[in-house]
Amino acid sequence: MTVAAGFFYVLSAILVASALMVILARNPVHSVLFLILCFVNAAGLFLLAGAEFLAMILLIVYVGAVAVLFLFVVMMLDVDFAKLKQGVLRYLPLGAVIGVILLVELLTVVGGYMIDPELLKAPIAPITSDITNAESIGRVMYTQFILYFQLSGIILLVAMVGAIVLTLHHKKGVRRQDIATQVARKREDSIEIVDVESGQGV
Amino acid sequence: MAVGLGAYLSVSACLFIIGIFGIFINRKNVIIILMSVELILLAVNINFIAFSSSLGDLMGQIFAMLVLTVAAAEAAIGLAILVAFFRNRNSIAVEDINALKG
Repeated sequence: MTVAAGFFYVLSAILVASALMVILARNPVHSVLFLILCFVNAAGLFLLAGAEFLAMILLIVYVGAVAVLFLFVVMMLDVDFAKLKQGVLRYLPLGAVIGVILLVELLTVVGGYMIDPELLKAPIAPITSDITNAESIGRVMYTQFILYFQLSGIILLVAMVGAIVLTLHHKKGVRRQDIATQVARKREDSIEIVDVESGQGV
Repeated sequence: MAVGLGAYLSVSACLFIIGIFGIFINRKNVIIILMSVELILLAVNINFIAFSSSLGDLMGQIFAMLVLTVAAAEAAIGLAILVAFFRNRNSIAVEDINALKG
C-alpha cells in the first residue's frame, strides 16, 4: 500500500465519520463544525485525485463562506434545538432500513460498472500534464464553456439579490438621510415671508 | 489516482446515503436538512472528480465547479428564507412551515 493510498483511506474514514456526526450531533453548532471537517477532508480527497484547483475552491467557498454562513445563522437564531431533536428515534429505524437498502444498491452498481471504451477514446477536454490544473481549467472554462461560466455568474447574482431582498428590512422609527429629497427641496417649499404687523405676534 | 475508481465511488455512495439519512432522521430541523443537502452535493462532486481523474477528461471538474456554484447559491437562499421565516413565526420547526398549504 502506497502512502497516497494510506492517505486516501484515512481521509475517507474521517470524511464518513464526520458526515455521520453532522446528522447525529445534538448541538447544531457541533454539526456545522463537523461539516467543516467534512469539507476539509473532501478537499484532501480532491487533491489525491489530482484536482488541486477544485480542492482549494472547496476550502475557500465552502469552509470560508458557506459553513461560516451556517454558523452565523445557527448562532443568530434563538431556537430551542432540544425540542427540534425530539422524534429522532421515531424515524430512526425506517430511515436506517431505507438507507441500508439504498447503500447496498449503490455499492452493487459500483461493483459492477463497466466504462464504454468509446468514451475513453474521445475525451471532451483531455487532461494534459505539462500545464497546471488551474491553467488547464481556465483554458477550457473561458473558451469552450464560457456560456456555462456566465450562466453560473447569473445564478450567483440572482441568489445574492434574492438573499438581500429576503432578509433586508427597515426598522420603523429610524430617521434616515434621504439625499434625493434634500436636493429636490425648493426655496418656496420651506421659506415663507410673513408680513407681521408691528405690536402683534405671528 | 492512488486508489481505484471504485474506492472513490464507494466513499461518495456512503456520503450520499448519510445525507439522505440525515434528511430522514432530522425531519424537524431545517438547518440540519440544509446541511444534509450540502453533504449530498459534496458526494456528487466527489463522483465527478473521481470520474474526471479516471477518464482523463477535464469536463468532470468543470461540472463539479458549476455544482459548487449552485450549492453556494442554494445555501445562501435557503438560509435567507430561514431567517425571514424565523422573523415572522419565531420558529424554524418544519411542521410550522405550512403557510403555503392550499
